[in-house]
Amino acid sequence: MRRSVSLRLVAIFGFVFLYAPILSLVVFSFNESKLVTVWGGFSTKWYAALLEDQQILDAAWISLRVAVMSATLATVIGTLASYALARFGRFRFRMLLSGAVTAPLVMPEVITGLSMLLLFVALEGIFGWPAGRGVDTLVIAHATFGAAYATVVLGSRMSALDRSVEEAALDLGARPLRVFFDVTLPALAPALISSWLLVFTISLDDLVVSAFVTGPGASTLPMVIFSKVRLGVSPEVNALATLVIAAISVVIVLASWQMRRAAAQTR
Amino acid sequence: MRLRALAGWLRIEGRAAVVAVPLVWLGLFFLLPFVVLAKIAVSESVIARPPYLPIWDWAEGVLNISLNFGNFQFLTEDPLYLLAYLGSLKMAAVSTVIALLIGYPMAYVIARAPSNRRNILLMLVVLPFWTSFLLRVYAWIGILKGNGLLNGLLMATGIIHEPLVILQTDFAVYLGIVYSYLPFMILPLYSTLVKLDEALLEASADLGARPFVTFVTVTLPLSVPGIIAGALLVFIPAVGEFVIPALLGGPKTLMIGSVLWNEFFSNRDWPVASAVAIVMLVVLVLPIGLLQRTQSEKEENA
Repeated sequence: MRRSVSLRLVAIFGFVFLYAPILSLVVFSFNESKLVTVWGGFSTKWYAALLEDQQILDAAWISLRVAVMSATLATVIGTLASYALARFGRFRFRMLLSGAVTAPLVMPEVITGLSMLLLFVALEGIFGWPAGRGVDTLVIAHATFGAAYATVVLGSRMSALDRSVEEAALDLGARPLRVFFDVTLPALAPALISSWLLVFTISLDDLVVSAFVTGPGASTLPMVIFSKVRLGVSPEVNALATLVIAAISVVIVLASWQMRRAAAQTR
Repeated sequence: MRLRALAGWLRIEGRAAVVAVPLVWLGLFFLLPFVVLAKIAVSESVIARPPYLPIWDWAEGVLNISLNFGNFQFLTEDPLYLLAYLGSLKMAAVSTVIALLIGYPMAYVIARAPSNRRNILLMLVVLPFWTSFLLRVYAWIGILKGNGLLNGLLMATGIIHEPLVILQTDFAVYLGIVYSYLPFMILPLYSTLVKLDEALLEASADLGARPFVTFVTVTLPLSVPGIIAGALLVFIPAVGEFVIPALLGGPKTLMIGSVLWNEFFSNRDWPVASAVAIVMLVVLVLPIGLLQRTQSEKEENA
């Protein structure tokens, strides 16, 4: 079994490759020295500095609002799109819809961002809406590419669902709308949560599309981070990264625990 | 009777509404922008707000349409653009191959692991994807820079005596792209490898094939769909990548995503930026179409 040992070594190397950079971010956020990668003793001063940085706090508040709104919108759109694709069989515009929900996943962000901005500018020129750019245009843009991710997450769950339960409800005389709300949606709940969380984190993290579609006075958190780290490493960013990683870990542990419990109940 | 007709009408309208909401949203905010992009790409650049001229005007009953293809001509005149397109394609292609070489063994090990361990390993692959992309790229600055972790480690162990220049080179960009997109390579590979019928491998071994021969003649050909999907998922976004070359690349790193960014944000030349985007789209139409086809084939087989 020599072959499997060397294979396993490559896999271990791969996992180290994936996690070492993240670990280094966390470790050096507690570094006394400003030189990020030279250890100068344990300190939490960068966390204190972070909490006093008004620019970062403002940007974080904008990013959080945008992420909550776009995750909600994207999950609604994604639910409808994946329901249509999974349940309606062949219908007019099916190709168009399935193409429109997968293309944003791979489209280079510079193209998506630029073309969305041009649309907003053109719409403003013709209809006067959206007036200026900021949180509104950020939400629309994030919800649009977020809907694509939501459709993928929900679609795989939707096609795994047992259709016979829905059919039984229909046979018993329930109206389709009622079946959707009483049968399909509850069964989708775990996927709805993961789709919402996925779009939330992607929105919170987006730099390129946001830089194009936002306006003056509405810089998102990644835009502020980007302008800081372009000038070099900054221990404050390490502290922020650690907080982000901690928050995400907590959410993921909670979500997977919840899902495991739900799975255990249905068994 | 009337009520029943109404209910039937509502049902059909209900279905139409379920299709219409996402279709209208994506049509308006994802497909229509490309029409606008094409329009701006053929308009003339001016110093104004917005910084382009309309392509038509209506005066005294005469409709004047002026399509300015000068922006595209401009792209062919300055070698910078051609070099940036070629540079991006090369960067994306090399990174895709490296990601495949690392991702394939990982996907293989996960797919062959006992089923109780499989989900944990898979989760370990996906988890970094949930943490910020920007911050993960940023982490590499601290590792690669002159007095960074990697140089410190190599010098402390005595392998090198002078710090290596890694940051702001093309190598750092390759590293960044492979690192960021590795999960996209592993997941489709895993899903084809996990469905591979073990009996085929056993049959091949029983017939006397050595493991390597079995791998090349059975496993590899059967995993081609996963290889294609994974490679496209890495290659397409890597061509237009901006953040990684901006943070890890140097002045000599020439990628089209950065060129587009600079045309828009530094030169404020929206028409040329649009022309750059249109050409990039034309270059990517083939791989994107291929990906759509493999995805819809997968849907039909499922």
